[in-house]
Amino acid sequence: MDDRLVIAGCAFTSRLLVGTGKFASTAVLRAALEASGTEIVTVALRRVDIHNPQDDLLSVIDRRRYTLLPNTSGARTAEEAVRLARLARAAGCGAWVKLEVTPEPRYLLPDPVETLRAAEILVKEGFIVLPYINADPVLAKRLEEVGTATVMPLGSPIGSNRGLRTRDALQIIIEQARVPVVVDAGLGAPSHAAEAMELGADAVLVNTAIAVAGDPVAMAAAFRKAVEAGREAYRAGLGREQFLATASSPLTGFLEATQ
Amino acid sequence: MTELGEKIKRARTFAEVIGPLVERGGWARLQEALQAVPVAEVDACLAKGAWEVGDLRILLSPAADMRLEQIARLARSLTLQRFGRVVVLYVPLYVSNYCQNLCAYCGFNARNDVPRLALSVEEAEAESRLLHEMGFRHVLLVSGQHQRYATVDYLVELVRRLRTLFASISVEVKPLRTEEYAQLIAAGVDGVTCYQETYDPKTYADVHLGGPKRDYDWRVGTLERAARAGIRKVGLSPLYGLSDWRVDAWCAGMHAAFLTVHYWKTQVSISFPRLRGAAGGFTPPHPLPDRGLAQIICAFRLVFPDAHLVLSTREPAHLRDRLLPLGITQMSAASRTCPSGYSHTYEAGEQFDVMDTRSAAEVAAAIRAAGYDPVWKDWDVTYLATGS
Repeated sequence: MDDRLVIAGCAFTSRLLVGTGKFASTAVLRAALEASGTEIVTVALRRVDIHNPQDDLLSVIDRRRYTLLPNTSGARTAEEAVRLARLARAAGCGAWVKLEVTPEPRYLLPDPVETLRAAEILVKEGFIVLPYINADPVLAKRLEEVGTATVMPLGSPIGSNRGLRTRDALQIIIEQARVPVVVDAGLGAPSHAAEAMELGADAVLVNTAIAVAGDPVAMAAAFRKAVEAGREAYRAGLGREQFLATASSPLTGFLEATQ
Repeated sequence: MTELGEKIKRARTFAEVIGPLVERGGWARLQEALQAVPVAEVDACLAKGAWEVGDLRILLSPAADMRLEQIARLARSLTLQRFGRVVVLYVPLYVSNYCQNLCAYCGFNARNDVPRLALSVEEAEAESRLLHEMGFRHVLLVSGQHQRYATVDYLVELVRRLRTLFASISVEVKPLRTEEYAQLIAAGVDGVTCYQETYDPKTYADVHLGGPKRDYDWRVGTLERAARAGIRKVGLSPLYGLSDWRVDAWCAGMHAAFLTVHYWKTQVSISFPRLRGAAGGFTPPHPLPDRGLAQIICAFRLVFPDAHLVLSTREPAHLRDRLLPLGITQMSAASRTCPSGYSHTYEAGEQFDVMDTRSAAEVAAAIRAAGYDPVWKDWDVTYLATGS
């Protein structure tokens, strides 16, 4: 059965999105992208010169192979994010945008109010909007209502490698969402990615854990397998975790015995 | 949170924090507190796994020097985690060396008999084009303090012209008022750097012999005024060598902590300038050794895992290459510390002697050789409301 990830009408075989920050060189980045099997690659607009076709980072991302997902990291307000997205589209980066509005420069947590405002504007202007959000189920629904292509809740703060600290809220988002849920940020190990996929996430986005690994290319391959394994496990139907032990001999059996 | 952290959180201004700590014998008490730290306290501190401003007393102590290798490993791993294998490059552009201050250690001291020069906006723009050709996209505009040169109007005009050349424009000029910072931000400035030189009020008075800079409190409040105006990034540091470097580093840490907690949208970066030779022949009374410099960098990384740590060309090439993995995330390159220093159209006195004289391409190559990616652009004027 076809199990492709569909975002805004585009189908993808890979459910692993990859970020391009923090790599030691563009050569390592290129090899890691290859090994990850990814089809969607995100790039910080602040980091590239979008008017320069020879930009070192942009030229690594072969647009025939990868869907380019420019992100607005560094934007502190809706206005800034919208301005960046418009600029990127005008420069030929396409209509996809990973919306990040992070006014706080340390944990880089997303501003829900500004993100919703920016999403509303960008959707109306025809952008395909993938918003980075905290794991807030109501915000996820509000974004879905304004027409975002996905929601991208965080597992834990960007770069923290701490895994699914927001697990309970993610479960609610996955349960309620009618757009793909991409777990973004905080996935520090392939096991975290597998866990997100087992929960029913449609995809995950990974950057730091691959970029700063001892061998980024091998780690990219490991994430690829973990995402595939997690997805297969989810589709196979995981046994439910039981809060109560099931007694092997019934507690009320004596009632029948004495009858 | 420690008592110091609480104090910083409750204070309304940084002057309220630092004043009582360093005045009336306070400086000596801070010195004693650092000296009194036993190695056992360092070990207990390192075992914590997460650190805050109160821990700087321990991490900057002589006792912590005994654990420097361990601290450096922690610092390196935190830096990789947060920043990856990336170093952002920037370059200073000196626009004027006219100065009304009498800073004993500085080449721009008004009493120094050096050629003075203030670039016109057109000349500064021409100089900038050379920096752009070298690959730079982050520029720091620097000037001496003078009422007639490098005025706010001049900087606004220059920044408007430079916006198309650079992704990030910062300034290191005389302390300004909040409204003046707002004007600069509107023109396209995203960063303000201001070094306190020393947080020790006695030494501050001793080395700043004349001029508006004698006002310690006005200077120490500079970055707060810039942050109130909405600046993105502030850069701070003492000038190591003027007073006890351990105490100065600790005070700079308090300053960074204050700005971080009170201005949650402003990013704090921390530099590590060591006093260098300059016209005037000043000898640093408390020279900071290489090992001490490494200890300070690592201590700041542990306490501020998300802060940009900056190392300039004041340090020689071999040292910069080795300090980089400890926690450095920003470096200047190919710097000239006088106006017209890139085009050499005119002669002008330098602020201090540069130690790393490599070209921008050579510095980038060294960064690559160390396994890091030299990044020329990590910002965009489009973020600012005045962007295109």
